[in-house]
Amino acid sequence: MNKNKEQLLNKRYKAEQRFRLYGLSAIFMALLFLTIFIFKIFSTGYSAFQKTWLIVPVTFDAELMMLDQNPSKEDLQDADYYDIALKSMADLDPNANEDQENELKRMVSYFFEKEIKNELLNDPNLIGKTKEVYLTASDDLDQVFKGNYPRDLPEEQRRVSDYQLKIFDQLVANSKVESKFNISFFTNADSREAELAGIASSFMGSIFSILVCLMIAFPVAVLAAIYLEEFAPKNRFTDFIEVNINNLAAVPSIVFGLLGLGVLLAIFQLPRSTPLVGGITLSLMTLPTIIIAARASLKAVPPSIREAALAIGASRMQTTMHHTVPLSMPGTLSGTIIGLAQALGETAPLILIGMVAFVNTIPGSPMDPAASLPVQIYIWAESAERGFVEKVSACIMVLLGFLIIMNLFAQIIRHKFEKKWS
Amino acid sequence: MNLILFTFIVLLGFTSYYFGRKKAYKIQSTKKRLTALPQFYGYYLAIWCAIPAFIIFSLWAIFEPTIVKLLILSDYSNQGYLDDELNLLYEKSKALSRGQFTGEITPFIEASAEKYLSLRSIAQSSKVVIVLSAIIASVAYAYKRISSNSRTREPVEKFLNAVLFTASLAAILTTVGIVFSLIFQTIDFFKVIPLFDFVFGTHWYPAKAFVRDSSEALDPTMYSDTFGAVPIFAGTFFIAFIAMCVAIPIGLMSGIYLAEYASTKVRQYAKPLIEILAGIPTVVYGFFAALTVGPFLKELGTSMGLEVSAESALAAGGVMGIMIIPFISSLSDDVITSVPQSLRDGSYAMGATKSETIKRVIFPAALPGIVGSILLGVSRAIGETMIVVMASGLAANLTLNPLESTSTITAQIVVILIGDQAFGDPKTQAAFALGMSLFLVTLCLNIVALRVVKKYREKYE
Repeated sequence: MNKNKEQLLNKRYKAEQRFRLYGLSAIFMALLFLTIFIFKIFSTGYSAFQKTWLIVPVTFDAELMMLDQNPSKEDLQDADYYDIALKSMADLDPNANEDQENELKRMVSYFFEKEIKNELLNDPNLIGKTKEVYLTASDDLDQVFKGNYPRDLPEEQRRVSDYQLKIFDQLVANSKVESKFNISFFTNADSREAELAGIASSFMGSIFSILVCLMIAFPVAVLAAIYLEEFAPKNRFTDFIEVNINNLAAVPSIVFGLLGLGVLLAIFQLPRSTPLVGGITLSLMTLPTIIIAARASLKAVPPSIREAALAIGASRMQTTMHHTVPLSMPGTLSGTIIGLAQALGETAPLILIGMVAFVNTIPGSPMDPAASLPVQIYIWAESAERGFVEKVSACIMVLLGFLIIMNLFAQIIRHKFEKKWS
Repeated sequence: MNLILFTFIVLLGFTSYYFGRKKAYKIQSTKKRLTALPQFYGYYLAIWCAIPAFIIFSLWAIFEPTIVKLLILSDYSNQGYLDDELNLLYEKSKALSRGQFTGEITPFIEASAEKYLSLRSIAQSSKVVIVLSAIIASVAYAYKRISSNSRTREPVEKFLNAVLFTASLAAILTTVGIVFSLIFQTIDFFKVIPLFDFVFGTHWYPAKAFVRDSSEALDPTMYSDTFGAVPIFAGTFFIAFIAMCVAIPIGLMSGIYLAEYASTKVRQYAKPLIEILAGIPTVVYGFFAALTVGPFLKELGTSMGLEVSAESALAAGGVMGIMIIPFISSLSDDVITSVPQSLRDGSYAMGATKSETIKRVIFPAALPGIVGSILLGVSRAIGETMIVVMASGLAANLTLNPLESTSTITAQIVVILIGDQAFGDPKTQAAFALGMSLFLVTLCLNIVALRVVKKYREKYE
């Protein structure tokens, strides 16, 4: 009898331990996913911040460039650089036949002509001389150099030919290949060529969308929150508004995209693919988030503040505007930033209003067509080229960086400025 | 032009504020008592400046285009043009006046473009004149009315109250906008495709219904058997089910652990770390699922002799489940912590272990709240777009094999609407019909979930 009891107790204790272990492993699993996730993004993405350059001797032959003696600045602008660019690539292998010359040309980006031109524009004295110029390597060679490209595949399955690899290895052996920080990733707009593609256009698109979103959502949400929390009578109508807000906060984001498409584009005829429409759509999405945060922080202001102001003769409007609202601002602001961070990561509604268009110029205003950072991730992720994989991860790193900064900022505002009422 | 005018009006507003306050000070200096603080006199004038400007601007925005269009098209009346042709002519002349017209320029269009430009400039300058004179008149009238015993605080506060009230309507307007944008397209869709075919049809193949020439008469037989949404709905719930299979055990157990077992230190760090998972944009999860999880599952399957699609429902659903973990863990954590301590103490006093207390006392007590949080998670899973678009297939298969690819409502909306759309095409309308069903399903889930959570909160408050 006694033994039985002890067994039962042991069993119960074991069950207790098991249960505890389940809980611990659930947390462990969640954190493990997070770690794998971040590790994967960083390990594929960090190499995109480096760019591979080929150092190629270029002879600035005045005749080949169709230049007269003592050319003016305009002449240099209009000169023909294609031939010398082609020649300097072909010169890498003096015995190359025509096909091989073509392959040599494809070892660098199609931008190489312009890179040579810029070199000369910077220093017009180079005419007739030979100088070693940094040329952007093609994205396939870039991946080879970074070790992301399997070299042991059969040649037909590779985008880099054996011949290109041979020349490339010679260049590497002569230390004519260099890896430098990839500035163009941050300054270039999107491009079909992975080695030239950058995030500048989508970054500006994101900034404009977020600004439009902030300018619309913040004032409307704060005013609405003030009304609902401080002035609204308790009746059916305000209950209805409240139910509406709570529901809107949980409506799938793609539905807001349909709203943008069906109302903003089809009825109001706003320009497609622009951050203006994107921002308005996002602002409708962020509105409930900010309203809920602003109401919570208005509610947290103790009634004694209001009573004190009313007691010395302030009107209700004065009490609210001069005392309650300023005291609630830290909470409202941090809620706003968190809402904007959500909006910054949103993709689906922007796709529906056409912000997936290929944009190779940097937008200068919210009325220009643009992409946004998450949409850029989507566009590149759908692209088949290997060079885009690391770009996607790098773009994700930039996006996550912004989200982290915004969330930290929200935390700081909350902890530094929020009054603790006890 | 409008920007300059707008700035000017804002400046006028500030000036009238200044004058109003100055007049109030002047009255005050004559030892008369004011009925409100001097600022209110300023605000009062500024409002008198803002209201007419706002009214005229909005009237102009509404009526100007129609009137200009009427005036231009009056040249073409009695020439036997159809309405559509007239519209086209108007658009052409508008484009020409902006210098964006690329087609053939006929003298007619050129004349209309010139007329358009002149009308626009007339409209623009008359707008400036009217707005400014209206502002000056109304401000002057209000300025005259200011005296020591005129009430200014009440009207100003009434105005502010009205502004606040209007802002609070934004949420309702958004809901109305959503319903409005969905409903007309959906109705048009069901005029062509019978509701029955949509809800019970098992073939979804919208690409077949692509109409190049919209003037072609719609032939309903062409669309039979292309818009059967059963595979889409099945795929949506199937992927959501897989996601919840991942999210519920992990989310619930971590919620319970955080609420009942974890020390404050563990809680302090683990909770925000898990919540990071909720802050990661979904497109990032999509990329992760497509690049890492999909190929990994495929390799794993091949090594075990299974045929796994690279875009399997399992990959999309699993990653979606990871995304939903924090929603469930945070909400159930909150719910469990709000169960009164007395219930726990009672159970301990009977000699129950901690896990027995949780399983037999706390869990049943917290069940409504937990169900609410799970429902909210399901609603997220159903509405999630990017993970499915990137990691699961885009072709609608009717299958219950998690290793094959399926498609969801959201993914189909994106597939149909990416790129240019032609409104009036049943394919585009199908996307809106899908959006409508998505909206209705998530709306029901949300209402039920929010109700349940609210009821539960009231029970223990």
